[in-house]
Amino acid sequence: MSKQDKIAEIVKRVSKKPAAPDPEESLFDSGYLDSFALTDMVTELEHEFGLKIPDSDLNPRRFESIARIERYLDSKGNLAGA
Amino acid sequence: MASFLSFGRYLPERILGNDELSRTLGCDPEWILQATGIEERRIAGPAETVADLGVQAAQDCLRNQRSPKIGLIIAASGSSERRFPGPAAEIGHKLGLSGVPAIDLPLASAGSLFAISLAAHLAPACGTVLVVAAEKMSGPAAAAPVDRNTAILFGDGAGACLISTESAGLQILDSALHSDGANTAALHLELSGPVQMNGMAVIRHATRRLPEVILEVLERNQVRAADVSAFVMHQANQNLIDRVARTLDAPSGRFYSNIRRYGNTSSASMLIAAAEWREQAQFPAGDTVCFATFGAGFHWGALLARER
Repeated sequence: MSKQDKIAEIVKRVSKKPAAPDPEESLFDSGYLDSFALTDMVTELEHEFGLKIPDSDLNPRRFESIARIERYLDSKGNLAGA
Repeated sequence: MASFLSFGRYLPERILGNDELSRTLGCDPEWILQATGIEERRIAGPAETVADLGVQAAQDCLRNQRSPKIGLIIAASGSSERRFPGPAAEIGHKLGLSGVPAIDLPLASAGSLFAISLAAHLAPACGTVLVVAAEKMSGPAAAAPVDRNTAILFGDGAGACLISTESAGLQILDSALHSDGANTAALHLELSGPVQMNGMAVIRHATRRLPEVILEVLERNQVRAADVSAFVMHQANQNLIDRVARTLDAPSGRFYSNIRRYGNTSSASMLIAAAEWREQAQFPAGDTVCFATFGAGFHWGALLARER
């Protein structure tokens, strides 16, 4: 499973939606995430990819879409599933 | 053991609804409601000070008491107009209690619960303690540069309670308090400018810390969350209250909420909620009530009380 697929699975799980959005689609505008689901998703990303996301990185724009989340994870270095 | 003898509250008259606020902020009123559960908040008049709000709440709290001899005043506020002195001594003076020691707790949001916990420990030595939490947060929340995510949240108001060693009212069984200065930057108010908040960081910590500390105090007293008759929390966001209920697997109807009408009144919110809740709720002896707060600092805590 690719990193993007893993992120999509997490988005589906925390949003309780049956299908994942397109990689570039806004997770907020499309109703997949609100502020509370976003923090749930961050917790799951930490578990899935074995990293710690600091409070200072908690900016909704970083997590706006699956593609942006992937770029953010890439910026954090060598991760599981990379 | 100390007890709550009475509660009081004060809300300013002016109502600021989402329609009016959304025109100022350039946002959708429905978005405010969905994101926060808030429909309107109260706004203090320009001449009303934090101490004025606190005095009104204290007078409401003292109204039905038989002239209790107050031995100590503790006033919590995160929005006091001055660096010093805080509002505690002024509240005492305006209540005719000059000479009674008065302590300020400059803690936003969590201040009321920290003050109540301190009062419960100090009451045996000091006598009846008047706890006041008063906030005029609407000004700092809307100060430039405006962050609409913050400006939509806050309102003004005050709450109060009397803590005594008398065997009456709600008996305070236990409390748990925690602080972690690692998160100071996530929510703060400088001497000028707006309230600054990293909303995601606050939500992340609040959704973890509140259930943790509630369970800490419940487990220490061998009480299950499902058996608590009422939860009275800091009214920060309806979605947060709902989340805590789900995490604890406790019925959401047991979580008192008035945030729809008043918004987040910071340290005052829990006592305003308690005063309203207490007017409507009297439980059989032995029933338990849990209070909980989380706020800037971060400071968070929970307190367990039992109906006599």
